[in-house]
Amino acid sequence: MTLFGYRVPMMASLLVWCVIWEIVGRSGAMFLIPPLSDVIVAAMALVQTATWQSAAITTLNSFLLGMFFAIVVGIAIGVLMGRSTTADSLLGIWVNIFVSAPLSALVPVLMILFGMGETTVVVTVFLFAVWIIVLDTRAGIQGVPPSLVEMGRSYGASPWTLYSKIIFFAALPEILAGIRLGVVRGVKGVVIGQLLVAIIGYGELFELYSRNFDMENFWALTIILFAAAMGLSALIESIEKRVDYYAGVR
Amino acid sequence: MRNITAQAATAAAVAAGSDVAVEVRGVCKMYNEVEALRGIDLDFPAGKLTTLLGPSGCGKTTLLKIIAGLIPATSGEIRVNGQTVTGPGPERAFVFQDFALMPWATVMRNVAFGLELKGMGKDERQSIARKYIAEVGLSGFENKYPHELSGGMRQRVGLARAFAVNADVLLLDEPFSAVDEQNRRKFQEDLLELVEKEKKTFIFVTHSIEEAVYCSDRIVILSRRPGRIAQIIEPEIDRTASPDAIRRDQGYLDTVEEIWQGLKRYVD
Repeated sequence: MTLFGYRVPMMASLLVWCVIWEIVGRSGAMFLIPPLSDVIVAAMALVQTATWQSAAITTLNSFLLGMFFAIVVGIAIGVLMGRSTTADSLLGIWVNIFVSAPLSALVPVLMILFGMGETTVVVTVFLFAVWIIVLDTRAGIQGVPPSLVEMGRSYGASPWTLYSKIIFFAALPEILAGIRLGVVRGVKGVVIGQLLVAIIGYGELFELYSRNFDMENFWALTIILFAAAMGLSALIESIEKRVDYYAGVR
Repeated sequence: MRNITAQAATAAAVAAGSDVAVEVRGVCKMYNEVEALRGIDLDFPAGKLTTLLGPSGCGKTTLLKIIAGLIPATSGEIRVNGQTVTGPGPERAFVFQDFALMPWATVMRNVAFGLELKGMGKDERQSIARKYIAEVGLSGFENKYPHELSGGMRQRVGLARAFAVNADVLLLDEPFSAVDEQNRRKFQEDLLELVEKEKKTFIFVTHSIEEAVYCSDRIVILSRRPGRIAQIIEPEIDRTASPDAIRRDQGYLDTVEEIWQGLKRYVD
């Protein structure tokens, strides 16, 4: 975008919204919205507290564990569905139901099953993230050109090398897209899980601040979380870009 | 030009004598209810380039893939160097219509991939690959990726990969159909040089009559579905002449015309 002949940097629009926030906050029109500068000061102070640090570690721990299982299981089921029509018709309906279902409604059930602890949160992350990974992996596997598989077979690849050296790499662009979307959903999962369990990690802090109308800290927490989610997604997107060049020319 | 008519074709097809690389015996192929190939008996002489030619849907690619061991025949058998084919084997190498290159791998890794699958060490396979990359005229492109190459160059990579595994029989499935016309001509000329140099058996599928006549020692014409052998033609063209002389040669032009007259009835 250019303005009066000058090139405006990409993130400039964010600056506009920051200024608006600051003005609304200073005007005191809504007590729910404190000035952005106060929020940033609160964020600086917050990240130095032991409470925040241990909450962040708990959250990150649940998130990474849930994502790990989601990626492993998601890719495995996706490959299975992509290669076998039987598995596809057997599992397809469930994957499509769960990918669009409001899974938050299931968290109370999970709490009964797995208790009011981190296990429930891990399972929530897993359930939020896994389905889209399955669907994208399946699409990627189905998009592998048959001639590439025939090439592997005709040059003597064993089934294992066929998967590990050809099919996996040919489907990698779609698998990574699935993981990126899964990560975004997983962040939602970890927060919703912790909010509903309400006694651990980030969820506990959210509950604490919003109940006490401590808006500076509440917004500080939100901004840190949003930034982390965007950062993660951008990280995977940059890996995706590296392999994307070949998605079009397979 | 030696024309072997349909009636005598079966006899001539199997009477090739001692130097036979690939034998096709009574091969039939059914795709569910559709009969793709019926009773194919054919010998492919060693060290020669034999073309399978026919109208689209006549099963020529199917026959090639059965020989490659990629798809099973419904009945009949294939023998390569006397051994019955049960699947893909190291004595056969395949060149694909759409090149089938791995887009995430360099030219070097693609060419050496057949050797990599055989478990050959990196240095050894790269030195072999480098030789064939040079032979197909791609020296200097070793570290390029397929998307950085033109269609013709990509197929040269596919050809180098097939040469690198040192198979006796090379199976080429319409290798030039995705290559533009001018590159195709140059490529055909280069292919003939390589056929001369490598002394391998080539089985070549094409739907281009000119290409078949220009390249082949022997042309097998298949009829429309169900595919059967309609005609076998051996264009006796002096290959020592320059490519341009061959394309103007009366024998070449007559053979093209003769095949066209035979195939015309299959075209709607």
